[in-house]
Amino acid sequence: MYQEVILDHCKKPRNWGQVQNATHKAEGINPLCGDRICVSMNVVDEKIEDIQYEGESCAICMASGSMMTAKVKGKACTEAIDLTEQFRVLTTEAENKEEPAGFGSLAVFSGIRDLPSRVKCALLPWHTLIAAINSQSEISTEGDKDPVPGSGTQK
Amino acid sequence: MDKLDMEVLSGKLDAELIKKDFPVLSNSANNAPLVYLDSGASAQMPQSVIDRINHYHQYEHANIHRGVYELSEQATISYESVRSTVARFLNVTDTAEVIFTKGTTHAINLVAHAFGRTFIRAGDEIVISHMEHHSNIVPWQQLCEEVGATLKIIPISDVGELDLEEYRRLLSDRTKIIAVTHVSNVLGTINPIKEMVALAHAKDIPVLVDGAQGAPHMKVDLQDLDCDFYIFSGHKVCGPTGIGILYGKRDWLERMNPYEGGGDMILSVTFEKTTYAEIPSKFEAGTPPIASAIGLGEAIKYLESIGLENIENHEKVLTQYATEALSDISGLTVYGTAPQKAGVISFGVQGVHPHDMATLLSDDGVAVRAGHHCAQPVMQRYKVPATTRASFYLYNTLDDIDKLVDSVRSAKKIFS
Repeated sequence: MYQEVILDHCKKPRNWGQVQNATHKAEGINPLCGDRICVSMNVVDEKIEDIQYEGESCAICMASGSMMTAKVKGKACTEAIDLTEQFRVLTTEAENKEEPAGFGSLAVFSGIRDLPSRVKCALLPWHTLIAAINSQSEISTEGDKDPVPGSGTQK
Repeated sequence: MDKLDMEVLSGKLDAELIKKDFPVLSNSANNAPLVYLDSGASAQMPQSVIDRINHYHQYEHANIHRGVYELSEQATISYESVRSTVARFLNVTDTAEVIFTKGTTHAINLVAHAFGRTFIRAGDEIVISHMEHHSNIVPWQQLCEEVGATLKIIPISDVGELDLEEYRRLLSDRTKIIAVTHVSNVLGTINPIKEMVALAHAKDIPVLVDGAQGAPHMKVDLQDLDCDFYIFSGHKVCGPTGIGILYGKRDWLERMNPYEGGGDMILSVTFEKTTYAEIPSKFEAGTPPIASAIGLGEAIKYLESIGLENIENHEKVLTQYATEALSDISGLTVYGTAPQKAGVISFGVQGVHPHDMATLLSDDGVAVRAGHHCAQPVMQRYKVPATTRASFYLYNTLDDIDKLVDSVRSAKKIFS
């Protein structure tokens, strides 16, 4: 999983920080890892004009967030929602599914299917993006706010 | 100290040989030999335990108690004999003080409920420590909310020891019970239970000890410790899941109300009134996990055949060897460095998130745990979101530690 592209985004995350006077903003937390990230955006006419993210997280989440912002910047909100669904399929569904066209380097995340305990790490930035689009202030990978319930607890 | 000296120190226990008793440990993981360093979460079962459980299912199964046919009588004898095995394991004489539960969590809930609802009232205080597992925090918190009692916390020092001065100060005539872990599942600290019990008993306060990380790793002598409740899980002593032990002093158990109602825990039932059975049945409502209890008995016999003192000594050697080797890695911090420490090492490496570390170790076949280890207050105390934890047992070798250390080094390199 820890290929060059992920390590590169992890060490030099793109669009790192917070958008000033953001129109949309959400926090995503994964209590199991202690990950906490923030996605902030400027949305004009249903289009993501600017997007930034920051937080504390593992490399998978960090790289996923970096690549997510690069991917959706400049896109319509509806398109970002579609991409999120495609990313969810890529990371969670059986391998015989075709990888979505035009996903580019994001396709590297298909490898996370073999690491079910880490899927939430890859999905967190995307779910936080959706929360921001929907003007939800916070999402969590646990409990009733969990977008992918039932995949992983720990002792 | 070099590896050869360590091997000599560990001499009474041949971990290479012991490893062969555990079928899972001969498996591979990610095309590498499995290096299992997560016994703190769950230990593996030796062949003898697996065989004993299979034999029970194949030839001995029937519901226990009240069956008058031979199969049921034999199952009852097998099940009840485990009570004597556990009593010997803990060095207690009264087998009625040994209660089968589903595990440590269930047992603590049982006491929090049965003792709590009998003896704890508004304004009372319950003392726990900052290093407890969530299972020794949440049941007491729930009790406090329900009856209006208050939770008091024994603080821990930077090295991970309980502050005994503060503990003394916390004991008052409002304190109704102390619930403390024998060994921290994150820091590895072995707490001075005997001393803490003596201090509590001087004020007539009972003490519950969470022995989930204690009983598997050292000889537990309850006549010596003198605590009022001692609890552990089957699956952490090389037994199966779904079974645990609550030891309780007869005097308390008899005065406590039952926790769950149902079959097996009654003397007589009418719609007007139910009278309860004597201990231990009073706390064992319903059909118990019979096969798991019998498996637990076999696991204890296995550990006793190796010798708990030998296991404790072996783990000390492993822990010392691992601590020295890991501490040589720059940027690595070990959380929990108490002088009295069991085979648990929690660590963090600068620039590598604990979950990435655990995933990369897994690529090399090294199984460790990462996260908050169900002890979030400990994470808050050391201001970390999570740690990586390696925990050792009788079947781990110095070679296992070498593989851990090599794998940590290469993980670190990937992120440098």
